Amino acid sequence: MPSNPITTEERTLPVTDSKEHITSPSLKGNASELRDLEAGLDNLQSDSGRKAGIEWKRVLLPVAALVVLILAWQFYVSLEFKRRDLVPGPLDVLTQFVTMWGEGKVQEAVWTSLQRGVIGFLISVVIATPVGLILAQVAPLRRAFGPLISGLQVLPSVAWVPAAIIWFGLTDATVYFVVFMGAIPSIINGLISGVDQIPPQYRSVGTVLGANRLQMALQIVLPAALPGYIGGLKQGWAFSWRSLMAAEIIAVGGTIGFGLGSLLDQGRLLSDMTIVMSAILLILFVGILIELLVFGPIEKRLLQRRGLLAGSSR
Amino acid sequence: MPVVLENLGKRFGGGAPVLDDVNATIAQGEFVALLGASGCGKSTLLNIMAGLERPTSGALEVPSDGAAFMFQDASLFPWLTARGNIELALQLADKSSTKVSRRARATELLELVHLGGAGDKRPHELSGGMRQRVALARSLAQDRQLLLMDEPFAALDAITRDLLHDELERIWKETGRTIVFVTHNVREAVRLGQRVLLLSSRPGRVVAEWDVTEEHRTDAGRAGELTGVITRRLREEIRRHAK
Repeated sequence: MPSNPITTEERTLPVTDSKEHITSPSLKGNASELRDLEAGLDNLQSDSGRKAGIEWKRVLLPVAALVVLILAWQFYVSLEFKRRDLVPGPLDVLTQFVTMWGEGKVQEAVWTSLQRGVIGFLISVVIATPVGLILAQVAPLRRAFGPLISGLQVLPSVAWVPAAIIWFGLTDATVYFVVFMGAIPSIINGLISGVDQIPPQYRSVGTVLGANRLQMALQIVLPAALPGYIGGLKQGWAFSWRSLMAAEIIAVGGTIGFGLGSLLDQGRLLSDMTIVMSAILLILFVGILIELLVFGPIEKRLLQRRGLLAGSSR
Repeated sequence: MPVVLENLGKRFGGGAPVLDDVNATIAQGEFVALLGASGCGKSTLLNIMAGLERPTSGALEVPSDGAAFMFQDASLFPWLTARGNIELALQLADKSSTKVSRRARATELLELVHLGGAGDKRPHELSGGMRQRVALARSLAQDRQLLLMDEPFAALDAITRDLLHDELERIWKETGRTIVFVTHNVREAVRLGQRVLLLSSRPGRVVAEWDVTEEHRTDAGRAGELTGVITRRLREEIRRHAK
């Protein structure tokens, strides 16, 4: 018992007015005792990881919400406040959707848009990441360009469509240009705010460990800023997708392929509300799918690995 | 190579000096406890020795390869595992090291702090004491002769702290590092240091110094006596600021 000697030796202590007693030297046991004691404490003090199975609530609740919304929609249509061709019911839209699927129109539109959105987004990431990192690390550059980048993020990227059409004509370049102008500023901003939220201690540790500027940026600042950066990427994707739709609606024809925006515009030209609704739902659905399949898991994994998920409502 | 501080002074901006005329010599392989109340510039002094801050006056002599540093909170990088944190330190310390050699060295260091089985855990999965041991392993990974420690055990519970004292003493004896250990805990200073330096507050200055002999280490009575003496002196120093 390593604690016994303390109590026996206490009695032999000369009385000092501060009543300070030393504890550790008498607590010392042999090496293996120490090791066991330490291992015991380690096991007591660190929590054994919780095991999570499939949480059915996570799947069932959104599905239930969707069913309720569709029922409400059907209910509203069956009250017949508006003409059926102005407000079609869920079944009418579904029929139109199946018809278009048979024609291969849905697949073509989704594929074209998704391809452009993803390629445009990836190129934006490649451009925005180094720019954001440099702006975040070099104070004078940031002071010079920071307001401009923030401004660009607020500026709706649709505003670039006319300019892009004049410069690039009705080509894919127009679409990509608009996507870049939407996505790049928000990825840069996300990265910068991620870097701003890094605890200053991390940089001190980096300095003490002997990191040079490049190592500091790539091995400490970038991973530390990752949660903010992922947030920026998510927003960047949202901006690419929106800008893309806007560009596709406005810029139709030429060598521009047939995307979801084009489908939406076609619905408007034909005054066919079922096509318009199908297109809107498809655009929404693709957005949800990307969130659920790409960003959701990445973000969750990232937060979990850093121990930031406990107590959140995700 | 010893550490020499000569008439070291530090003030931030135009304010009152935080450190004023600090003089000390620390021999190679020595374990020095730097004791002081809050606001005495202990951490500032350590930051200066680590090269994180510059002194405004005086001179200091530290080993040319710099110092390893251990912070009050473990400051492990949360995106890396315990092993990853140590490997990063190894990589930054020696750019030419290979992945294999770093892995082997990290395993050794984890063993040294008795964390052989926890290498793949992330910092948030470790207890406070385990995190500090990883941080200790990381600072040893830097392989510098001088190890600076800024109240590294202050936030730990008493049992864990006692244990880490033993652990640190063992590692100090095994590795022969020069250690400067900052603390505001008198018992901790007497427990660990071969020498205890008392720093006054506002401005910080070395005002007293005690040797902790082998006798103090083996005889709890003598250790208690010394602790009492130092505590009285420290309280005196703090009372000076009552007016």
